Formats: sequence, C-alpha cells, structure tokens
Amino acid sequence: MNIDTLIALGVHFSIISLFAIGGAMAVVPEMHRQAVEVSHWMTERQFADLFAIGQAAPGPNIIVVTLIGYQAAGLPGALVATFAMCGPTCVITYFVSRTFDRFRDAKWRIVVQAGLVPVSVGLFAAGAFVIARAADKNIVAFAITLGTAAVAYWTRFNPLWMFAVAGILGYLGFV
Amino acid sequence: MPDLPPLASPPAPLEPPSPANENAPAPPPSVPELFLAFIRMALHGFGGVLPWARRTIVEDKRWMTAQEFNEAFAVSQFLPGANVVNLAVVFGGRLHGALGAAAALFGLLLPPMAIVLTLGALYQRYGDIDALQRVLGGVAASAAGLIGAVVIKMAAPLLREGAPALLIAAIAFVAVGVMRWPLPYVLIVMAPVSIALAWWVRR
Repeated sequence: MNIDTLIALGVHFSIISLFAIGGAMAVVPEMHRQAVEVSHWMTERQFADLFAIGQAAPGPNIIVVTLIGYQAAGLPGALVATFAMCGPTCVITYFVSRTFDRFRDAKWRIVVQAGLVPVSVGLFAAGAFVIARAADKNIVAFAITLGTAAVAYWTRFNPLWMFAVAGILGYLGFV
Repeated sequence: MPDLPPLASPPAPLEPPSPANENAPAPPPSVPELFLAFIRMALHGFGGVLPWARRTIVEDKRWMTAQEFNEAFAVSQFLPGANVVNLAVVFGGRLHGALGAAAALFGLLLPPMAIVLTLGALYQRYGDIDALQRVLGGVAASAAGLIGAVVIKMAAPLLREGAPALLIAAIAFVAVGVMRWPLPYVLIVMAPVSIALAWWVRR
C-alpha cells in the first residue's frame, strides 16, 4: 500500500462515478481499463475473479469497487475506492432529488433521460463483454455465460443457484 | 423462510380489512428502523438489491406507494451513480434529511462491505489454489451472463425507439467494450449526440 495508489483510487473512482449513467454496470469497462490495463493493480484473471466474488456476495452491484480497492491497496484502498465511488454521487442525489419534482415533467428532462438510455444499454453490454472476455477461456465457459443469461432472463431463480452450478462445472475442470 | 410474500401477512385481528385500511400508508420508520431495514435489504440482495427494496418499502412495510417508489427510482436512475445507492439516499433523505440518507446508505453498504472484505482477504490468501481458481472461473463466466440478461431486458424497449437508438447503443458498445476508449471521452461526445437525437425524434 502506498499513498499514491490511494490517491489514484480516490481520484479515479470519484471521476468515473459521475459517468455511471443508468447504473453501476455502465462503468465496469472503465474500472477494468483502469485496474488492469492502465494502473496494473491486478491481472485480467483477478479482475474477473473479484467481479465474480462481488456478484456472489449479497448487496448492491457497486460493491465490486470495494474489492478492487482492497486488491489495489488493502483495507485503506477498499475504503477510499468505495467512498470515492459513492460519496460524490450521493451528495448530488441528496440535493437534486429535493428539487426533482420541479423538473420531473419538464420536456428537457424527459429528452435527456431518453437520450441517455441507449448509451447506458451500450455501456452495460460492454460491461458484460469485458467480463465475458476475461472469464470465458473456452467453449464451456462461454456456454455457461449464455446459459446464465438465458436462465436469468426467463426465470426468477436466485442467481446463487446458477453460480453454484457454474462453480461445480469449474471445479470439475470444464472451464 | 422469514420472508413470506407480504400479501400473505394476516390482517389486523380486530378490524375487518377494508380497502381504505389496506392502502393506508404505514407510519414512517425512525432512523434506526431505516438503518436496520436497509441492512436486511442489502443482505437479501443477491444479484441486485432493487427487487428487495421494492418489496420491503412498498409491499412489506408500506412506507411508500408503488407510484411514490417508481418516482423515487426515476430520480435515482436519472442521476449518476449506482441506482440502489441513490435510492437509499432519496428515500432516507425524504424521511429524515441528511441523517436519514446516511442511515439508509450505511445500512445498505456496510454489511456487504464487511462480507466482501472477508472474501477478498480469503481470496488474497487462497486465490492461487487450483481448485478455487477453477470454481471462480466458472462463477465469473456465470456472472458475465447475469449482466447479459440485464442488458437484454434493458435493450428490449430500445427496439421500439428505432434505428437511431440502436445505433447509439452499438457505437457505445464498440467504443468502450471493443476499442477500450476511456469512458469520459466517449460520453462527452456521445451523450449530447444521443440527447439531440432523442429531441429530434420527439420534436
């Protein structure tokens, strides 16, 4: 752990939190770019593993930043990354939500939101793609990705069941 | 299972259930109740806390009507950041100001943080073990599919928006997912273009 890493975590995550349009998953590709390609805090494989742990644990999806911060700089890194990811956006939300009623039905707001949706969809898809590219090293892994997407789309099973099946397939050496 | 479907909960014993009673909002929670409620939602939320937040706030505790919840969620999604984190701030803030927002936020984040930090420490220590590597490889492939399902659900309404919206989504995907360009630059260019297109379609 060093102070430069903590500063980098704080600066980076507070900036990208402001670009998390539509939800936390929109910034998964940017987190990956920073953590793996730019700052070399972890390998591709570790990023996929930590993402999997974050998804398998209960709580909001955003909690993966806690794991990225921890991997990069231990407990201080986890706290800095999580605070940076949530602090600025929470302050914005707290103040803007109090006046939201004033512009909820305004045409510009409806147009802005409608314009951001397709961008969000593209970014979420990029997030799925980045994780799949890190995790899917063979045809069975790819089939697990597709199978989970299908089951999660058409049913309301708890995702832990799918993770359990996928984990067993992995343990048996298929992935 | 402690969490029965809320509608199955028995009515108050002495009063016959009337439509007015069923729809009556519950008294708002105190700050500690808010904190505990968000802890429970967070710990139930596998693959997303939002369904649990809706169930708890609207159906179980009746702290908000479905309409109020949808409006609070609309703000949470409109503003940057994780949706359910923003929702905690909106809901807690509406009831008890900054203190309420903090109580909901910390209830939502602290228990999952404690859990993933424990798992993260175990991963740092044992992550190189071959069996664990194989298990995590399978789970990671599955986790990618879980986001894939979210993408499909989000993309379905886009089909009604027509070709421009689909093209924007495709460009955003390629720029960020394939070309790996930095997200801020991509958004500074694409968000205004996409908003202008949405305005043009609705003009």
